[in-house]
Amino acid sequence: MAAETIDISNAMLTAPTALGDWMLVAPVGLPILFGAVLLMVRHETRLHAGIAIAGLLLTLGANAALLLQVLADGPQVMTMGRWLPPFGISFTADALGASLAFVATLVASVCALYAMKDIGATGRRYGFYPFLMLLMAGVGGSFLTGDIFNLYVWFEVFLISSFGLLILGSTDRQLDGATKYAILNLVGTTLFLTATAYLYGTFGTLNMADIARKADAMRETGPLMTLTVLYLLAFGMKAAAFPVNFWLPASYHTPRIVTAALFGGVLTKVGVYALLRVLVMLFPVERAELSGVIAWVAAGTMVLGIMGAIAQSDIRRILGFVVISGVGVMLAGLALGTETGLTGTILYAFHSVLAMTALYLLAGVIKELGGSYSLHELGGLYRTYPAMGAFALVLMLAVAGLPPASGLWPKIMLVRASLDAGWPWLSFAILLTGLLTTIALGRMYILAIWRNRPGQAPSDAATGAPGYGYGSMALLCVPIILLGIYPEPFIRVAEAAASGLLDASAYIGAVFPAEAAQ
Amino acid sequence: MRTLIFRTVAPYLTSLMILFSIFVLLRGHNEPGGGFIGGLIAASAFAIYGIACGVSPVRRALYFHPMAISGFGLLVSAISGWLSLAFNVPFMTGLWTKVSVLGVPVDLSTVLFFDIGVYLVVLGSITSVALALEEREHG
Repeated sequence: MAAETIDISNAMLTAPTALGDWMLVAPVGLPILFGAVLLMVRHETRLHAGIAIAGLLLTLGANAALLLQVLADGPQVMTMGRWLPPFGISFTADALGASLAFVATLVASVCALYAMKDIGATGRRYGFYPFLMLLMAGVGGSFLTGDIFNLYVWFEVFLISSFGLLILGSTDRQLDGATKYAILNLVGTTLFLTATAYLYGTFGTLNMADIARKADAMRETGPLMTLTVLYLLAFGMKAAAFPVNFWLPASYHTPRIVTAALFGGVLTKVGVYALLRVLVMLFPVERAELSGVIAWVAAGTMVLGIMGAIAQSDIRRILGFVVISGVGVMLAGLALGTETGLTGTILYAFHSVLAMTALYLLAGVIKELGGSYSLHELGGLYRTYPAMGAFALVLMLAVAGLPPASGLWPKIMLVRASLDAGWPWLSFAILLTGLLTTIALGRMYILAIWRNRPGQAPSDAATGAPGYGYGSMALLCVPIILLGIYPEPFIRVAEAAASGLLDASAYIGAVFPAEAAQ
Repeated sequence: MRTLIFRTVAPYLTSLMILFSIFVLLRGHNEPGGGFIGGLIAASAFAIYGIACGVSPVRRALYFHPMAISGFGLLVSAISGWLSLAFNVPFMTGLWTKVSVLGVPVDLSTVLFFDIGVYLVVLGSITSVALALEEREHG
């Protein structure tokens, strides 16, 4: 047949794909496979947890292999359907994407474990585990894709799954929270899509490596500043940056606690990741122009966020505001744009994914043992459950940025970076946020755990059996404490990620090997 | 809506629409059509059957729960992407083969199976929504 004699090497890859390259697709492909199987066996609720945990552990293994491969050999690329980039959709994993995907899958596995206790048969029949798998497919895809429209698609995938997880239980409060979450997120997504359409009109390409190498030539003629501002607004909404953060406190206290743990830990970081990728790697000059604005946004987010936490009495609402304040700290590194600043931001992202998830799980354990989320009603838990008091103390120190836990090093890096950049007020804001976080969480610790239960004699009789809660928190406390006392490996990964963002030549060279060789 | 005329016509209409949806699915590779629109046509066929004769006959006729059909579709699509693994080509590469059915050569491809997966996902999820809404209306 004539068709078989056509030379395809101008349009398609001809080299065979190595087996190791599949590690790039596995973090997305595996959750989709397992999610599909879980949908098919929706009514066999006993099987769900086992299938989901097996799937997440396999995904975690693939993520770990990918991360090691990226750290050893630099960015990895696979272009879908054999088309040559920029025509095919490239999956491109660099140290930033691969490490965040690994951390996110780690906390998702822990959440799946805790959900064995938290989500009953009804919740499973409504599809908790399929939604969880598809959410992780979306999150993994967002971290690993090298195509900006494809990034939009993965945002949609995890957004739609998150709607399903938010309303699991269908109480009025959940529907109320989910409506606000859905509408505000759809506004953000629409902005993202508009900006992407505009970008395609300007550049004629959606491949991020292609955009990065063409940006210099377009700077004189293209409306790159407009694009950057649009993306800043769209991803700022996703990341819950001040002043577009009001959707988060309105919705994160309503879902099941394990859902809140996953959202508080992972979803805002996807927004921060997208900000880093687009603003630092694609439009660095425009980011530098906007750095003053971003710094004010960062300071506003961190200080006003934590003030919100001090004003609340429901533990879940407190944690929602702590999540926002953490986003502000991460934006500080984005505003600075220096290597130390970005390393601090990325390290803070690792810390925040782990610590916020663990704190929400702690809230779940407190509710289980103390019977309430309200600081007015709780008390006396320290006497009955000293182990929980210990977990709470470690997590509180982590989030407040005190040793020996994980929050210390990223904050030191960010403070040093902002002093180096000549912005002492930004480092003051970071330190003030640390102090206010200590006050907000210390207040929670004293009221919920330390003081005697109001109106009751102290009792020593333990009634709850928080085995799953303790196990999940212990699993998360291991990396949290490790990051606190032996941060070198984490810092090395974060440094590799930051330098990969600042100098995109390795990323571009991985996608377009022929031109890099010239 | 359960008039005699509608109830008499509905089964024929439904079977015609499902045949047509499969035709649209298969012609989709080179001409307008494909899994998504085919799935929508099939889902509206089941919706019409449900309006005319009630929801439980539709559920009986489908045998599997619509969401399970949807999950199976997702699985078919995902596997058609993973098949590339066995041929040393990147994810989602279109792989073609020819089989002879009763002397007629038929082109089979992973693209076709991906599209069949899309068809089942759309059919399953839209039918699931439609049946749930119809149940609420009559229940």
